Amino acid sequence: MPTKHIGQPYDRSDARDKVLGRATYTAEHLVPDLLHGHVISSKIACGRITHLNTDHALKIPGVIAVLSHKTDFKTARFDLSYKDMDSPPGSPFRPFSTPEVKFAMQPIALVVAESTELARYAARLVEVTYEVDPHNTDLMGSLSESKAGKGLRAGVESPSNRGDFRAAYNKSEVQTSSDYLHPSQHHNPMEMHASIVHYHDEKSLTIYDKTQGVKNSQHYVTMAFGLRKKNVRVLSPFVGGAFGSGLRPQYQLFLATLAALELKRSVKVQLTRPQMFSFGHRPKTHQTVSLGASRDGKINAIFHHAVGETSRFEDYIENVATWAAKLYDAENVEQQYRIVPLDTYTPLDMRAPGGASGLYALECAMDELATELKMDPLDLRLKNYSEEDPSAGKPFSSKALKECFAQGSTRFGWDSRHQRTDTPYGKHRGSGMATGIWDALQFPTRAAATLASDLKLEIRIATADIGTGTYTIMKQIAAEELGLPTESVDAKLGDTDFPFAFIQGGSATAASVGSAVRKACRKVQKQLLKEAGKMKNSPFQHADIDDVVFEDGLLKRKDDPQMQTSLKQIFADRDIDQIDKKCTWTPNLLKQRKYSMNTHSAVFVEVEVDADVGFVSVERVVVAVAAGRILNPKTARSQILGGVVWGISMALHEESYMDNSLGRFINHDFANYHIPVNADIKDIEVIFVEEDDTVVNPLGVKGLGEIGLVGVPAAVANAVFDATGKRVRELPITPDKLFAEP
Amino acid sequence: MPETSGSPLPEPIPITLKINGSSHSIEVRPWSTLLDVLRDHIHLTDTKIGCDHGQCGACTILLNGQRINSCLSLAVMHNGDEITTIGGIADCENLHPLQQAFIKHDALQCGYCTPGQICSAIGLVSEGHAKSREDIRELMSGNLCRCGAYTNIVDAIEEVMRSESSTT
Ligand code: FES
Ligand code: FES
Repeated sequence: MPTKHIGQPYDRSDARDKVLGRATYTAEHLVPDLLHGHVISSKIACGRITHLNTDHALKIPGVIAVLSHKTDFKTARFDLSYKDMDSPPGSPFRPFSTPEVKFAMQPIALVVAESTELARYAARLVEVTYEVDPHNTDLMGSLSESKAGKGLRAGVESPSNRGDFRAAYNKSEVQTSSDYLHPSQHHNPMEMHASIVHYHDEKSLTIYDKTQGVKNSQHYVTMAFGLRKKNVRVLSPFVGGAFGSGLRPQYQLFLATLAALELKRSVKVQLTRPQMFSFGHRPKTHQTVSLGASRDGKINAIFHHAVGETSRFEDYIENVATWAAKLYDAENVEQQYRIVPLDTYTPLDMRAPGGASGLYALECAMDELATELKMDPLDLRLKNYSEEDPSAGKPFSSKALKECFAQGSTRFGWDSRHQRTDTPYGKHRGSGMATGIWDALQFPTRAAATLASDLKLEIRIATADIGTGTYTIMKQIAAEELGLPTESVDAKLGDTDFPFAFIQGGSATAASVGSAVRKACRKVQKQLLKEAGKMKNSPFQHADIDDVVFEDGLLKRKDDPQMQTSLKQIFADRDIDQIDKKCTWTPNLLKQRKYSMNTHSAVFVEVEVDADVGFVSVERVVVAVAAGRILNPKTARSQILGGVVWGISMALHEESYMDNSLGRFINHDFANYHIPVNADIKDIEVIFVEEDDTVVNPLGVKGLGEIGLVGVPAAVANAVFDATGKRVRELPITPDKLFAEP
Repeated sequence: MPETSGSPLPEPIPITLKINGSSHSIEVRPWSTLLDVLRDHIHLTDTKIGCDHGQCGACTILLNGQRINSCLSLAVMHNGDEITTIGGIADCENLHPLQQAFIKHDALQCGYCTPGQICSAIGLVSEGHAKSREDIRELMSGNLCRCGAYTNIVDAIEEVMRSESSTT
């Protein structure tokens, strides 16, 4: 359904700046007289600091200060002031508020110096002694201490139940039940977290922060430090990846602000790569899935139980065990989600939070059932396919999953896929598939549009572009609405001076921001029409907005396109310089209430396993995605490609290895924390099955950030089973696990 | 272990670097890496930092035409050397073929790894070892991309490699 601009594969509009090295990321903004802060991280997981000696560090010329819990500073007293838009229930971590240490690598001091090298060097001269308390970071050893994962968080729902799982399962002809585990993982965007606080005076600051929501950072800083919003501007025009790590203000923001206010100087704090492992992460999660079915593959009982980790101070919750009830029409479903408080930092939404975890276990369990039934895994999905959302008893606003199965399997050649050979050595091919599902979320968003008499259009929203293509689609939508070339549109974001947008996450931005852009442009349209109606002998005098179109810089009557005027003429005749419009877009909840809104995917994977060394190579992935209307097939495809790489990574590479004796993630760098390199990624084919969805929003957009990932880990794991006959139920699937005796 | 007292700071040493055609005379302490000098001392932030430990390739530059990780090299070792960063690749506003190909194939998302990827790709093409997609994948594996733009990166490099070999 491409129109003039929407649905066209435009080049990413910020690509030119990026390939020229002209995109300015957070730590790169030029601020005069800048001091550099280096964070000292706690060496223990639990206990308190008994001594912190800064004498030697402060003797070095050029070292300005060492801030810590010993610094006498004033910030807000109550927990509420430290909550941000993405805070889970609990009391947020407050850096330097006490000598207590609650997790390994907790920031315990900040050395501020004239240069980064000096600050880093001086940090080594700070002597810290601790009183050590026992810690517990062992999820698997603490499953019995789990508690219900409850509370209020945007987008998080309670697992639903229906029927009587136990009774139905016991009566089922075929039963399967397995446990699955995946480790903690850290976001690790390529750009490390940083903040620059430009100090103007004790009340006013300009802050550059690596964030997925400038308004969130502004809210946090002003609340915590008792400042006024109008005096604190936060900017983040380019973000070097985030994947969730920028959903909450990270501690470098607090520390840089604290140092700037204390020292009355501008301060930059950039974390090191190891320190990128010192805050939120995807929680390690243990899951059990039991399925009961009849011989012909009809599932009538599903049990999905998940236990994830959280910190001692906040209850992090996500949607792990909610998907089965939505995806399959079994009559008896029991889903549970529990959390175990441990001595770690609070987990944090990481690309497809909950979904990546839950679908991994569920879709592997489906494969196990198919094996048990000797049934094609795709047929099993089709047999239990649900046109409606059985968990909510509502229809989906659209669901083209069946079409995804059809197109994906044909392109992949599912029916003629490689058959396993049972030799114990050599290279084995195998194929696997899985289903993906994610929510089509959206949040109220404001936008501003300014159309100047030279027909330059500027759109402003305080949203973010973390590599997702927000700039590009903002331009396309605006160009479409006002009938202008995309080159005439300037999209601006990442600045708290612009109208409100929620944090960029949950695949909600294109739908929310896009709808706000459209609405603001429609207001400009109406104003243009009104002005045109006032022109002499105007054919638009009594015209309604539905009677006209905006095309090629012209305003035309639909019934007679010869009746037209150029937009420039309207400005000239009416003697106006520019039209300014603002709007607030909110999802139409009344209409949406009657539907469930989700994106879906079908993933097909072929792997080659070298049985001699246990090495798994993903040779080919075909992913078919149903996510409403695609605004830009080029950038959309890239987003899905990225999601697939993340899925492969989760299946085969990523693991933040927790050493429970130290209570610390010990592989905290890119040499030891593996993510795929170029050689690990081969063929990925993306198919978009477009849906005409009039419920989600007027643009029909559902979001793409997570759906590319969710089905992939299970599809890879299932393909490895197909190739080897070995079920590895703990991620990542590494050679040691493939060789381990069952 | 923390050191008990600071040893006297090393003295700054004068050096001259030729960066993207212009000459920069500066004083640097021997502990400063080429990357820190570029980003923090000369404020040429087009070269990125992703790890500071030679593990990601974000800091790749061309040193006398060869690709290196600038975080793994001390600035004082490069007196008189020719350094090309991503900012010196284009001919004024005319993009280098690899820059064009990266845009065309959308070989970037957040763009943070991109300067390193493109510098590395230029090094790769001039080394002349890569003959196939598989070679490109292997020889570009020192440059991580967390956004997962790998397949598009290979498409972009392959296209440029093909067109260069057909014109030479
Ligand atoms: S910053 Fe040099 S390799 Fe990562
Ligand atoms: S484009 Fe984001 S890391 Fe490569």
